[in-house]
Amino acid sequence: MKGEKTMTVKQISVFLENRPGKLAEFVEILRAGGIDMRALSLAEAADFGVVRTIVSDPDKAQRVLAEAGFISAVTPVLAVAVSDEPGALYEILELLHKADINLEYTYAFTTRKEQGAYMVFRVADSCMEKTAALLEEKGIGVVAQEDIYSL
Amino acid sequence: MEKRYYREDIECAPREQISKWQSEGLVKSVRNAYENSAYYRRKMDEHGVKPSDIKGLEDIHKLPFVSKDDLREAYPYGLLCRPLSECVRIQSTSGTTGRRVIAFYTQHDIDAWEDCCARALVAAGGTRDDVVQVSYGYGLFTGGAGLNGGSHKLGSLTLPMSSGSTERQIQFMQDLGTTILCCTPSYAAYLAETVTEKGLKDTIKLKAGIFGAEAWSEEMRHDIESKLGLKAYDIYGLTELEGPGVSYECSEQHGMHICEDQFIAEIINPNTGEVLPDGEKGELVFTSLNKEAFPMIRYRTRDICVLSHEKCSCGRTHVRMAKPMGRSDDMLIIKGVNVFPSQVETVLINNGYSPNYQLIVNRVNNTDTLDINVEMTQDMFSDTISEISAREKALVGALKGFLGIYAKVHLVSPKSIERSEGKAKRVIDNRKLY
Repeated sequence: MKGEKTMTVKQISVFLENRPGKLAEFVEILRAGGIDMRALSLAEAADFGVVRTIVSDPDKAQRVLAEAGFISAVTPVLAVAVSDEPGALYEILELLHKADINLEYTYAFTTRKEQGAYMVFRVADSCMEKTAALLEEKGIGVVAQEDIYSL
Repeated sequence: MEKRYYREDIECAPREQISKWQSEGLVKSVRNAYENSAYYRRKMDEHGVKPSDIKGLEDIHKLPFVSKDDLREAYPYGLLCRPLSECVRIQSTSGTTGRRVIAFYTQHDIDAWEDCCARALVAAGGTRDDVVQVSYGYGLFTGGAGLNGGSHKLGSLTLPMSSGSTERQIQFMQDLGTTILCCTPSYAAYLAETVTEKGLKDTIKLKAGIFGAEAWSEEMRHDIESKLGLKAYDIYGLTELEGPGVSYECSEQHGMHICEDQFIAEIINPNTGEVLPDGEKGELVFTSLNKEAFPMIRYRTRDICVLSHEKCSCGRTHVRMAKPMGRSDDMLIIKGVNVFPSQVETVLINNGYSPNYQLIVNRVNNTDTLDINVEMTQDMFSDTISEISAREKALVGALKGFLGIYAKVHLVSPKSIERSEGKAKRVIDNRKLY
C-alpha cells in the first residue's frame, strides 16, 4: 500500500448539556490535561449539544474526559487544506458532489504557522476511503493524523 | 454442603402448622394491641370488635385496618404497647412522603427481625463463611441495622459499611473478598456502573446481592447481575412491620417468601377493603403475630401486589408475594393515566439508557405534562445530532407505547441526576392538586 500515513484525523465529540457553564467546564478539563485544540465546532439541539474538536492528543483527551464523567466518541474525519482564494471551497465541494459523496457535517479552522485554511469533513464511514483517495488524486491536501500537531 | 435454610423447621413447616401459629399469634397480638394501646383500643371499640371476638385466623376480617394516617395520628407513642423501659431501640422511615414513622422494638422484636434477615441471607446462598458487605444506610433506616443483625446471626463476617464512599466500598470488596452485597438497588446499579467504568469486575468476588427498599425492575436486575457478576435477590420489608426481611427471594426467584410465622398477609381491594382470593391483584395488608412493642394489626402497606400459595420448588412453604407492581404513594395519575416510575425504568433500560431518571410532572393550562430527564449513555451517544435525536425519538415512542401518554425526554449528562445513596428521588410533582 502507498501512503503509510492514515489520511484521517481523530475527532473527539462530546455530549454537553445545554446549560450555562457546561462548555467552560469542558474546555477547563482539556486545559488541566495540557491538551491543545486545533479546531472546535458545536452543534446544538434543544436540551444538549455535541462539541466536536480536534486536539493535540486525542487519546489523552478521551481519557481525561472519561475520568471527569463526560461521554465522548472518537470519529475519523478528513481535514482538508483549502487555498485562501474565492471559489476554492466550491471546487472541492463540487468534486464531492460529482462523486455523490454526502457531507454529514463540516466546519472550518485556520492555523497561524502555516497560514492555512482547513475544512473538516465528516462523511459516512463507508465513503471515507473513497473520499480521501479522490481528494488526493486531485491534488487537494489532506492532513494526516501525525501532521495535525505541526500545522 | 451448603445450608439451604436458616430455620428449616419454620421455613418448611406444613400449612396446618403455619395456620396454627397464625391463629395463636393473631389472638395474642390483638390482645396485646387492645390492652396496651389506647389508640388501638379506641379503634377496635369504634369498630365494635373485642379481643374476645378474635378466636383464630378466620376472624381476622372482623378487625379494622390500620393505615399510614393512623400512624401519623398516633405519632409517636399512640401505638406503643410496651413501656419505654422495655424498649431497646427505635428505627424510623425517611419521612420523604412527609409522614415519618417511628417504630419501637424490644429485644425480642429485634431478635425476631434479625432472624428474618438471616433467613433472607441463607435463601440467597449465604453461609457463615461469607463476607457480607452491608451498604444500606445505617442509623434510623432499617436497611443497615436489619441486614447487619441478620448477618451476625448467621455468623458471616459482617462489613458495616453503610452507604456512600463508593471508592471505599469497592476497595473493601477487593481487599476483603466480599461475597454478598446488601444495599438499595439504585446504589447497586451505581456501584455496578463504577465497577464497569473502572474495569474492576475481575477483581471482586461477589456471588450474591440482596437489594431492597426500593422498586426495581427485572431489567435492572439483569443489568446489575451482569456488571457485578452476582445473582441479585429481592428483599421486602417496612419499618412499620420491622424492616427488611418481611419477605425475601429464594433461589427460584419467583416471588418473595413472606415470613408467615411472623406475619399474616392479605390482599384487599384498595377501594372497598374486601379481601381478595389468591392470585388477584390488590393492596397488601400485614398483621404482625409476634411483635411486642409495636404490633401492626391489618396494616395497609399501599403496595399493590399478588400472593401465591403455590408450592415452591425451593422447599419453603411460606406464601410468596410478587414484586409490588407499584405503591399507591408512587403511582402518579397523569392525564388520568396511572403511571408507575418502574414502568419508565423498564423502557429506559430496554432502550439502552441508564436506569437513572427523574420524572417531572407539571400542570400547564389545566393539562398535565410529563417530562423525563434521562442520562446519556456511551451506547446512545453519537457524533451526529441526527443520530442522537433519532434514538431519542425512538425512546419517546417506546415510552408512549408503554405508558400510554406522551412524555417529553430531556437528555442530561451522565450521573447528573442525584443518586441519594438511600432512596432515589425519582419524581418531582409540581402540580398543586390538594
